[in-house]
Amino acid sequence: MNFFWDLFLGGLTRGSIYALIALGYTMVYGILQLINFAHGEIYMIGAFTALIVASILTLQGLAGLPVLILAGLIAVLYASAYGFTVEKIAYKPLRQASRLSPLISAIGMSIFLQNYVMLAQTSDFLPFPNLLPPSDFLDAISVWIGPSDFVIIVTSAVVMIALSLLLKFTKMGRAMRATAQDREMAMLTGVDVNRIISRTFIIGSSLAAIGGILIASHVGRINFYIGFNAGIKAFTAAVLGGIGSIPGAMVGGLVLGLAESFGTGYISSDYESVFAFAILILILIFKPDGILGRSSQQKV
Amino acid sequence: MKNKNLFRWTAVAALLFFFVTFSFAQKADTIKIGVAGSHTGDLASYGLPSVHAAELIVKNINAKGGLLGKKLELIVEDEACKPELATNVATKLVSSRAQAVIGHICSGATKAALGTYKDAGIIVISPSATSPELTHSGQYPNFHRTIAPDDAQGKLVADFALKTLKLRKFAVLHDKGDYGKGFAEYAKKFLETSPEATVVLYEGITPGAVDYSAIVQKIRYSGAEAVVYGGYHPEAASIVQLMRRRNMKTVFISDDGVKDQTFIKVAGRAAEGVYASGPKDTTKNPLAVAAIEEHKKAYGAEPGAFYLNAYSATLALVNAIAKAKSTQYAAVHKALRMHATDTPLGKIKFSAGGDAIGVGFSMYQVKNGVYTEIK
Repeated sequence: MNFFWDLFLGGLTRGSIYALIALGYTMVYGILQLINFAHGEIYMIGAFTALIVASILTLQGLAGLPVLILAGLIAVLYASAYGFTVEKIAYKPLRQASRLSPLISAIGMSIFLQNYVMLAQTSDFLPFPNLLPPSDFLDAISVWIGPSDFVIIVTSAVVMIALSLLLKFTKMGRAMRATAQDREMAMLTGVDVNRIISRTFIIGSSLAAIGGILIASHVGRINFYIGFNAGIKAFTAAVLGGIGSIPGAMVGGLVLGLAESFGTGYISSDYESVFAFAILILILIFKPDGILGRSSQQKV
Repeated sequence: MKNKNLFRWTAVAALLFFFVTFSFAQKADTIKIGVAGSHTGDLASYGLPSVHAAELIVKNINAKGGLLGKKLELIVEDEACKPELATNVATKLVSSRAQAVIGHICSGATKAALGTYKDAGIIVISPSATSPELTHSGQYPNFHRTIAPDDAQGKLVADFALKTLKLRKFAVLHDKGDYGKGFAEYAKKFLETSPEATVVLYEGITPGAVDYSAIVQKIRYSGAEAVVYGGYHPEAASIVQLMRRRNMKTVFISDDGVKDQTFIKVAGRAAEGVYASGPKDTTKNPLAVAAIEEHKKAYGAEPGAFYLNAYSATLALVNAIAKAKSTQYAAVHKALRMHATDTPLGKIKFSAGGDAIGVGFSMYQVKNGVYTEIK
């Protein structure tokens, strides 16, 4: 396979992860107009939980697919519980406050969670096992695409399609969209807004946890700080695609991932972050609301 | 009114008394050695072990009757690795008649202080300042060190790759940090001195990035036989794992930042065969073992960074003064170059430029999950 194709796949892999995390930012922003800076930490907690569960299960003698599924499931549940709790503790009491207060609260939560994991676990890097069980199918395609790249791209695609269907066709999805459009009006028509907000956090956190497990298993190491960089990049992706827009987050993540991969490949990895942010600036100059963002009318 | 005057005069008398006793104490005949470095602040952990090392040696020598018939006395001064404080410390040590200085700790602070010592004719031995120019520039004939300069690692790695491994095509990467980039630049410089060798890729990567697949692809398509990486173990562990998962057999050579057990723990099987340079193994040197034991006994803890370097620096200085039978600059300067001293770092004497001969780095390779020194 040629260089272009390999870079393209690498970019797609990285972009899928950005997109998964960006979805959490954009969903919360859509509903609360809040940038949830603690979101990157949820991603990190997801990866840590998966590591702990996987280690315990491996010690119990389990191996292969059951470990992957159980560890993934428990990590998603655990991370969602964190997302849910963070919202209840740090954002809900500030619902009527000015928009700056929850923002500061979010930054505080992010610092708190980082340091908590550092103290409760370790500040060292930990090896993350390759959770993918060996399979003939993955070996067969490994000529074209690395097994973990394949799993990341497919899993992200499935998760994103499921999310789109959920938002489009279920009652909860409709309620979420209504809340995003106009919270007060939704409340008046009988939508339990607080429950919708909680669910948004739970869904966003699950996506972040899935992203965390996938990427940690791909690069093979984690520490308490991985959420910060990933969070910043995913937030950029969300803004790039148009914050508040679900398809925008997916597109933004992929554009960012591909830009970084091709930039590294054809120019120089010294400028990896420069490409990411140059693209952001360019797009914001021409489309201030992001690629798929709708221009928000100022409410009078 | 009278009471107040009385009080004033008593105060003045008391002060005078202190000055008089103080200057008497100063007059006692001792050899004064300054110990300067960072003893407070963020980098205190780099400087305090040197103070401990000097204190232990001085205690031993004074217990045996001192040096040249005089007791040794330490003057410990803190500059928190700040160049602007280092010049103050230097002036202070000169004015309190220090005859030699163990220190400073950081290269920047050392450089700032050296001019003052040079003008005063004071020998300086640093346990930890690694900036190459300090010895290579020839500007500071009074400067010595018991640690290898920064470019020593780059040179060792380049020689090893070219002569021992006989590799020709290199990808040189670094993490854009001072340490990693410095190493990579030196390694590249030394690799390019060989006419057959080519550096096909020279790039910085972003530490803490989510993924390194793109740069790994780039290494693969560059056709490099070996990656020379300057930086720390977390990124190295990711890159090596991604390379091995792609079935790339590219040799991976790195620096002291990667010669860390955590690297092997994180990279697992992918770490096997990785080369890294690191300080020479001193754990089997009986003097080093004894010096560490001494520290544990006196301070109840493992010694910290540069302890053995400072221990060796102080031993070399004391030995040179003994051999020179004087504390005169010229005599000690010559003795440091003429006479070797047995130290925890091995038998050392100093080169014309002031680098300790025989102190430095070795190459290590990961074999069965541990770094083993390549002889």
